[in-house]
Amino acid sequence: MTIKKTLGLALALGISATALHAADLRIGLQEDPDILDPDQSRTFVGRIVYASLCDKLVDITPDLEIIPQLASGWSWSDDGLELTMTLRDDVTFHDGTPFNAEAVVANIDRSKNMDESRRKSELTSITGTEAVDDMTVKFTLDAPDATLLAQLADRAGMMVSPTAASEAGVDFGLNPVCSGPFQFVERVQQDRIVLSKFADYWNADAFNFDSVIFLPIPDTTVRLANLRSGDLDMLERLAATDVASVKEDGSLLMEQAVSLGYQGITVNVANGDRAATPIGENAAVRRALSLAIDRNVINQVVFEGAFAAGNQPFPPTSPWYNKDFPVPARDVDAAKELLAEAGYPDGVSVEIQVPNNPVQMQLMQVVQAMASEAGITVTLQAKEFATMLSDQTAGAFTASQVGWSGRVDPDGNIHQFMTTDAGLNDSHYSNPEVDELLNAARVSNDTATRKENYNAALAILQEDMPIVYLYHQAWIWALDDKIDGFVPYPDGMIRLEGVSFSE
Amino acid sequence: MLAFLGRRILIAIPTILLISVFVFGMQKMLPGDPVLAMAGEERDPQVIEFLREKYRLNDPIPVQYFTWVGNALQGDLGISLRTQQPVTELIAEKLPVTVQLAVMALIIALVIGIPAGVLSAYKKGTWVDWLANLIALSGLSIPNFWLGIMLILLVSVNLGWLPASGYRPLTDDPLQSILTMLMPAFVLGTGLAATLMRHTRSAMLGVLRSDYVRTARAKGLSEQVVLVKHALRNALVPIVTVTTLLFGELLAGAVLTEQIFTIPGFGKLIVDAVFNRDYAVVQGIVLCTGIAFIAMNILADAAYRVLNPRMNEK
Amino acid sequence: MTALSDPSATLAPRAPSRFWRKMRASKSAILGAILVAFFVLVALAAPILPLPGPTETDWGAVRKAPSAAHLFGTDEIGRDVLSRMVWGAQASLMAGVVSVLIAVALGVPLGMVSGYLRGWSDAVISRFTEALLAAPFLILAIALAAFLGPSLSNAMIAIGLSAMPLFIRLARAQTMSVMTEDYVESARAIGLGHVALIRKYILPNIFPPILVQATLTIATAIIAEASLSFLGLGQQPPAPSWGSMLNVAKNFLEQAPWMAMWPGIAIFLVVLGFNLLGDGLRDALDPKDL
Repeated sequence: MTIKKTLGLALALGISATALHAADLRIGLQEDPDILDPDQSRTFVGRIVYASLCDKLVDITPDLEIIPQLASGWSWSDDGLELTMTLRDDVTFHDGTPFNAEAVVANIDRSKNMDESRRKSELTSITGTEAVDDMTVKFTLDAPDATLLAQLADRAGMMVSPTAASEAGVDFGLNPVCSGPFQFVERVQQDRIVLSKFADYWNADAFNFDSVIFLPIPDTTVRLANLRSGDLDMLERLAATDVASVKEDGSLLMEQAVSLGYQGITVNVANGDRAATPIGENAAVRRALSLAIDRNVINQVVFEGAFAAGNQPFPPTSPWYNKDFPVPARDVDAAKELLAEAGYPDGVSVEIQVPNNPVQMQLMQVVQAMASEAGITVTLQAKEFATMLSDQTAGAFTASQVGWSGRVDPDGNIHQFMTTDAGLNDSHYSNPEVDELLNAARVSNDTATRKENYNAALAILQEDMPIVYLYHQAWIWALDDKIDGFVPYPDGMIRLEGVSFSE
Repeated sequence: MLAFLGRRILIAIPTILLISVFVFGMQKMLPGDPVLAMAGEERDPQVIEFLREKYRLNDPIPVQYFTWVGNALQGDLGISLRTQQPVTELIAEKLPVTVQLAVMALIIALVIGIPAGVLSAYKKGTWVDWLANLIALSGLSIPNFWLGIMLILLVSVNLGWLPASGYRPLTDDPLQSILTMLMPAFVLGTGLAATLMRHTRSAMLGVLRSDYVRTARAKGLSEQVVLVKHALRNALVPIVTVTTLLFGELLAGAVLTEQIFTIPGFGKLIVDAVFNRDYAVVQGIVLCTGIAFIAMNILADAAYRVLNPRMNEK
Repeated sequence: MTALSDPSATLAPRAPSRFWRKMRASKSAILGAILVAFFVLVALAAPILPLPGPTETDWGAVRKAPSAAHLFGTDEIGRDVLSRMVWGAQASLMAGVVSVLIAVALGVPLGMVSGYLRGWSDAVISRFTEALLAAPFLILAIALAAFLGPSLSNAMIAIGLSAMPLFIRLARAQTMSVMTEDYVESARAIGLGHVALIRKYILPNIFPPILVQATLTIATAIIAEASLSFLGLGQQPPAPSWGSMLNVAKNFLEQAPWMAMWPGIAIFLVVLGFNLLGDGLRDALDPKDL
C-alpha cells in the first residue's frame, strides 16, 4: 500500500469511526498474522482473521461435526473415491465475482498447483475437480480420504475470488478478496488489520458489527490492560495466570475451550548422529522421563490449572483419546527402576531445546526440577523458534520441547509425526506396524474402524514414546461484558455469527 | 563549506559500503533458515525449496550480495518474506510513527534538560547543582524498558489514565495519538533529558566564565537577561550539535520502547524481523538508519562550522 | 548511554595524592564507590549468605509476596527472589566488566595503531569504526547476540563488540593528540623506538580517559545485558540474571509486582553507582579544572 493510499484510508476510517463508533469490534491478537492469503499463510493467528474474512466450503461445530458453509450439502460415492458437493447459490465474492462451481475448481487448482501454496499436502488425495453444473462440484480422489472434509473446513477449503487471485497472483495476500461476512479494508503491519461488513453477504443479518479491527499486541499483560481500559472489546489467548484476576473483574467475561493440539517433548530417535544418546536409543529412558513428570503439578504451577494434563496426541476429552492409557501419576521410584533396568543406575543426562519464551522456559524448568529427582539431568537449551526448527529438521538436537496447534481430524495430529519419513517426523521414528495402522485409519470412512486403528497405534506409541506428551493448551478468551453471543470453539477461532454488543 | 561537504560525503561512501557488507554478512551468518522460519508448523519441503530458489537464497553469497546492492541502488530493497510487502513501503509506513515518538521524546527532553542544565551551571557547586546532577544521572541509569513496564503498571493498569499501548496515526485522531504516545515518549525522553542537561551544563559553564558575560554583568544587566540572552544563546551552539547527534540514541532507545508499548515503528519492525529471520527487512532498515546516521553526523559538523566560524581557521 | 561524553583534551598523568584528594572531596564519587562496592560485596558473598539456592524450587510457594520466610517474595516456580537477586548480581556485574574488557582489549590497540601509524591503516580502521557506529548500539548487540545464540557469554561478546568502536575512536584521538606534543616529537627526533615511545608516552597519556570511558561504559553494558536478557538473548535459565528475571516478571506484573520491582531497582542502583564513579574519576583526572 502506498503512503497516499494509507493516509486516505486512515482519513476515511477516522470519519467513519467517529460516526459509527459503537459497532466497531476491536480484537486483541497475540501475534501479527503473516500474509493474508489462505493458500500461502502459515500461522494460527492468521486463521482467526480468516474466520471473519474468508468463508470455507464447510465449517465445524464446537463438537467438531462438519456442517455446511459455502457447500449446502455433499455425498460420497460408495467406494469413497468421489465427493460431490452442492453449493449455495446466493454467494458473491467481495469484488462482485459470483461464487459457483467454476470458482471452486479454480480455487482447488490454485491450492494444489501454485508454487507458493502451502496447502498441497492437505489436498494430495484430490486428483480431479470438475464442475458438474453451475452449482455442483465433484472431487475425484486417488484413494479414500477420511481427512478431506476436515481439510476443507480449514484454509484448504477457503474460497478466494478467482478474478482477484488471477490478477494479483502471489501478491493476493496484500489485498485479499474472499466471500466472508467482512471484507478487507487495510492492514498496517504489526499494528492492525481492518475489515468492514460486507453488505451482500448471504447471511448478513447474523453479523452485527460494522467493522472488525484486529490489533496484534504480543505482551499478555499489556493486552489485558487494553481490554480493561476499553481500548479492546475482546482478546484471544489470555495468559492462564491472568484467569483468576479476570474472573474477579465484574466488567469482564471469560470463555475457554481445550484446544485440539498438544505440547510435548519430541525425542530424536533416529535423525542423524545426535540420536545416539541414552534417551534416543532406549525407549525405557523415555518412559522413565515420562514417569518422573507430574503433569498435574505442571498444570497447576505453570498454568494455574487452566490447561489439561495429557499423555497422547489427543486431549483426554477427545473421542479419539485411548482410555486404556490414562494420564499417568508421577512415580519417581518406578522411573528410577526403569533407568536401572535399562542399564543406567546412576542416571542419565538429556539436553532439551526449548523455544525462547518465558512460558515454555518456565514449563521446562519445572520439568527439569522434576526429572532431576529421578536421576535424569536435564540441560535446557533456549533457542529462537527459527533456529530450533531448522536444527530439529537437520537432526541437530537430542530432544525438543515443541507442540502442535492441532487439527479437526485426528489424522492431522498423528500421521505426519509418527509415520516413516513423514513431513513433520523430526524424531525419525519408524515402526512398520504404526505406519500400517495410521495409513489404514486415514483411508477408512468408518469411525469405529478408525478408532480401533488409532487405539492400537497409541498403545504401541505408549511403549516406544518418541514424543513425551505433556499437556493440552486451552484457548482462553477475555471479553468485555457488553459482548453477547460469543461461542468458544476448540479450534481457537473467533466466529462472529450472532455476536453483538448488548444494549 | 562546499569543499568540506564534498569531502565528507566522499569519505562516507566507503563507510556506507562497509555497512552494507556488515549487514549482509551478519544476516547470512545468523543461524536458522528464513524460509523454514516462515514455514512455522507447516513445513512442506517442496514449497520450502521452491521459495529458497525464488528468493535466490541458494545463490552463492557474493552473487546474493551484488544483486541486493544493485537493486538497492535502484531504490528496491526487496520484499518482506513474512508478508510480501516491499521493504521500502514498510519503511515509509513505519517512519512517521518513530519520527512522532522521537520528536515527542525530544521535546520532553529539551523541556526538562535545558532549564535543568542552565540552573545547574548557574548554581554550580551548590546543593542545587548536586541534586540536578544526581537526578540527571538517575535518568541515565534507569533501564528504560523497566521504567516502561512500571509506568504501564501504575498509569494504565492501576490508575487507568492512559492507554497501555498501541498507536493512533496523527491524521486519525490528533489528541488520542498524542495521548497514546505520551508515556512511551516520556520513557524515551528521560534518558535524553539527562544527556542534554549534562551537555547544557558544561556548555553554560564555559560561557559563564567568558569575557562577554562578565562585560554584560558589569553593564549592570539583570541576572535573568545575562543568563538567557547572553549566556544561553551562546551555549546553544554546542547544544544544537549534541541534539543532532542524539539521533542515534533516540533510535536505539526506540527499539525497546516500541517493543514494550507495542508501537508499530522502526524499532519493533527490526526486532521482529531479527527474530523472524526476515533478512530483507533487517538489511533494509539497518542500511537506512546507517545512512541517516552518517547524514546526521555530516549535518551536525556542518552546522557546527556555520555557527562557529573559528573552526574553519584551524 | 554516555557515548557522547568525549574526554577530548590530552590528560597529563597526575600525582596520585591529588587524585585521591579530589575523589574524596566529591560526594558523587563517594556515593558511586559505595554503591559499586556494595554490589560487588554482595556478588562475592553470594555463596556464603544464608539463603536458599537460586534454583531451588518449592511448588507450594509459587509467586508468594515478600514475607519473613522470603524477604523479597518468590518467583513463578517458587524460587526465592532475594537469593536470585544476589546470584544475579554476579551475572550483571560480570557482564558489565567482561564486555568492557573485551571492548578495551580490542578497541584500544586498534585505535592506537590507527592514531600512531596514520595513513592507510588509519583510513581502513576509521571507516570500519564509522560503519560500526552507524548502527545503533543496541540493534548491533541484538543482531550479534541472535547470531551467536542466546547465552550470557555470547551476550558479553556481543556487547563488547558493539562498544568496541567507542574505544577505537577514543584511543585514536588521544594517540594523535599526544603525538603532536613537543616532548614526543623531540623524543622521536632523538630516535626513540616505537615500543619505547608507546610505553613511555602514549600509554600513560591515554590511560586516564580510557579509564573514565570504561567506567561509564560498564554502566551502559550492564543496561545492555539487562536489555538482551529481557529480550531472551542473555543469561539462560535456571541461572539468574536481573534482565532475565525482568523478562519473566513482565508476565506477572499484576499478580506479582515484586518480581519486577527488585531487579529493576538493583539495575538502577548499580548503574547509577558506575555513572557516579565515572563522573568522579573524570573530574579528578581532568587537568582543566584546577
